[in-house]
Amino acid sequence: MIALELNGVHGRYGLLQAVKGISLDLAEGAVLAVIGANGAGKTTLMRMIAGLHPVAEGAVSLLGEEITEMSAHERVRAGLALCPEGRRLFTDLTVRENLQIGAENGRRGDWNLASVLDALPQIAPLLDRAAGGLSGGQRQAVAIGRALITNPRVLLLDEVSLGLSPAAVDGVYQSLERLRGHMTMVIVEQDLTRAMGFAERLICLAEGALELDGAPQSLTREQITDAYFGIHKAELSHA
Amino acid sequence: MLESIIQGILLGGYYAVLAAGLSLMFGVVRFINLAHGDMAVLGAMIALWLVQVLGLGVPWAIALTLPMMAALGWLLQRFIFERSLKGGFLIPILTTIGLAAALQNGMFAAFGSDTRSLGAYIGGLSWASWQLPGNIFVGKLPVYMFATALVVLGALHLVLTRTGFGRAVRATASDPEAAALCGVDAIRVHRGAAAIAVALAGLAGIFLALRAQVTPFSGPMLLIFAFEAVVIGGIGSLRGTLLGGLALGLAQSLGGMISPQFSLLAGHCLFLVILAVRMSQGAASERGGWRAALMATVLNRAQMRRRA
Amino acid sequence: MTHTPITPPRTLPLSQRDRALILFAVALLGVLALLPLVASALVVDKLIMLFVLIIFAVMWNLLAGYAGLVSVGQQAFVGLGGYAMIRLVDAGFPPFPAIFAAAALTAVLAWVLSWFVLRMKAGEFAIATWVIAEVIRSIVSFDPIVQGETGTSLVALNAYAPEIRRITVYLLALGSMAAALWGTWVLLKGRIGAEAQAIRDDEEAAASVGISTFRVKQRIYILASVGCALAGTLWLASAITFQPRTAFGIQWSVFMLFMVLVGGIGTFIGPILGAILFFALQEFFGDLGAWYLAGIGIVAILFALYLPRGLVGLWLERGHEEPLSMQRRLRMPGS
Repeated sequence: MIALELNGVHGRYGLLQAVKGISLDLAEGAVLAVIGANGAGKTTLMRMIAGLHPVAEGAVSLLGEEITEMSAHERVRAGLALCPEGRRLFTDLTVRENLQIGAENGRRGDWNLASVLDALPQIAPLLDRAAGGLSGGQRQAVAIGRALITNPRVLLLDEVSLGLSPAAVDGVYQSLERLRGHMTMVIVEQDLTRAMGFAERLICLAEGALELDGAPQSLTREQITDAYFGIHKAELSHA
Repeated sequence: MLESIIQGILLGGYYAVLAAGLSLMFGVVRFINLAHGDMAVLGAMIALWLVQVLGLGVPWAIALTLPMMAALGWLLQRFIFERSLKGGFLIPILTTIGLAAALQNGMFAAFGSDTRSLGAYIGGLSWASWQLPGNIFVGKLPVYMFATALVVLGALHLVLTRTGFGRAVRATASDPEAAALCGVDAIRVHRGAAAIAVALAGLAGIFLALRAQVTPFSGPMLLIFAFEAVVIGGIGSLRGTLLGGLALGLAQSLGGMISPQFSLLAGHCLFLVILAVRMSQGAASERGGWRAALMATVLNRAQMRRRA
Repeated sequence: MTHTPITPPRTLPLSQRDRALILFAVALLGVLALLPLVASALVVDKLIMLFVLIIFAVMWNLLAGYAGLVSVGQQAFVGLGGYAMIRLVDAGFPPFPAIFAAAALTAVLAWVLSWFVLRMKAGEFAIATWVIAEVIRSIVSFDPIVQGETGTSLVALNAYAPEIRRITVYLLALGSMAAALWGTWVLLKGRIGAEAQAIRDDEEAAASVGISTFRVKQRIYILASVGCALAGTLWLASAITFQPRTAFGIQWSVFMLFMVLVGGIGTFIGPILGAILFFALQEFFGDLGAWYLAGIGIVAILFALYLPRGLVGLWLERGHEEPLSMQRRLRMPGS
């Protein structure tokens, strides 16, 4: 079963083409890493899949259903969740309230407060603290919990390691490891090693276009760095 | 003096209710409704009509008017405010000014220019008072209204903190995109918030009609009071709005001890002073504090002179 | 490599049609100047009102359409201009020059206020200007010469025969309107206009090329306020009575908003069209009193929601070019 399908998706900011014709199929239960330099269009792509940015051309389908015209909150109801870049917790609300909002407005399912605390035990002592007063690693855990509690079938994670200490990132990936097999995940990751270590499939974006698509073990270092920096071998030979 | 203070506090409760609706619209829907004062007057006019024409008792009239105002708020959001928000920052201001003009003149054409008061329909309550030690008289009606204001604002606080809808409202106010990512339907939240805001305005209008009079053109003054209370108390918190309302009520009451015209002026002055302080704080903190702001102004001026 | 000097691109001159329009306007002004010789007193009075309205519309358009400042408090200057004129005349100043002196005096207040209000965001600016107008009204009402709500009259004007007074005010109003239009034209075609449009299009980008957004807004704010004060003093000279409620009334802002919105905000010709249309509406429907004003409000709402660019916008949508456009078209060197 195809969990997420993108068909020739284009995204623009005014006249600037940020995402150029991306197509891909993601099977259910797969773990996909999205890598690329700053400004390559990774976050824009995530926002477009989640419904926060308009799709200029092309189509997005979730579990066989086309969601291109759906607003962001409708996509949550359809089974898609985005843990956005920068966490975006409700800083004036407590951790418990942050999770409650996800629980009350998301889908019903196996994920509830108890099971989220089970998967992310580091949150348990923080429930009644204001979300604004937490450390980076704690916030990331709450953000993931908030996304999980909406019972998604497909989970998008944008830059989970940004601004976190290596130990905190370890903690995050440990939690995510527990989801493997039960959840289709798309992770945008700056840290190449992490991305290749965690995902079974890797795509690389450069200047909005898809430059590489494959399993980490089958890709050479050279292929990855070339794609990352947008270097096309055929052009180089003429320099 | 003490009597003025007490009256000021009681007046402040009414201002708090008036300001709460404006604050809700601004904080949640990010919409400044320049017709807010006219909504209050409309609420009063509807209640008056129910009492004068249909002969209902005042409590019944209030009980019917508030849901009507809530429905009106929902409809306005659905058909006018939502659309105007798409046009950029200019359009909502222009739209609500037009709405204010339409409401004021429409009410004038429909109801005439006589000042009206609900006070005539509550019998002795409009002048009954308690006598406190020290020969101080406190009106019963203002106290009941103040108590009602506290109850209403307290209920609003409970809704915002204890209910799912309230949480959704606070989330949308805090970060609309993140709220959408949690499945919150911002449009529904906005319509609900607008309904509550307009109902609060209507209640404030009824308060005004009970303790004094309303005319179809009273709206703009009420908007100014609401805005002043919101700014004095600090935009964004319900507690702030309550404090702002109390401060405004006190300022006007104490100013009124000098002369009737001065009471409004005192409120305006308090507002302008607090606004100036807030703005200079904002500007100073952006530039790194007072000394930095001062240096920046002095240096900039010198540089400009050299360039000119 | 040789360094060839870069020739800056030149702006294209006015189009044929624009030149024709301007000639027509000048001719029309000439006709209007001679009109009092043949027209009745009523027509002259009404035309004075029209000229005043045009000044109001042009000024409000400068503020909202070019500086992005939606002011709901311009009536502060309308009332203040009238009040200053009354005080000047009372002190012995000749009434006709007082029209201009009073307006010029309000520039001081505009300058002081600008430091305060121009730092606010749009919605706060709107209401703050309104509050300030109310404060000024309250303060002015304290002055015994105004006689509170009853108001006062410019008795000194009665020293002149009604015909002479009327025609003088008419010519002064016509001249002021022409000056306001010409002044606005020059301003917008010049540097301030370019800077204002840059700010309007993208404030951050404008600041990054060295445009002082505050200075531009301040200049426009002071100009527009003095313009409103002048319209106010002209109106007072025509109507003779001064009542704080009316002079400082919010309806001035509502009228200005309507004229500019319906005509076409941010264009040169929009406010003129809007003023003429508003004037016509007032002539035909003004008798309906409150229903008319309510209708004005509703029309404003409809335009704001469905036709935000006004009549000029409608014209543009049909594929026509904007007459007397403030856009700068460049002719690249070598083309």
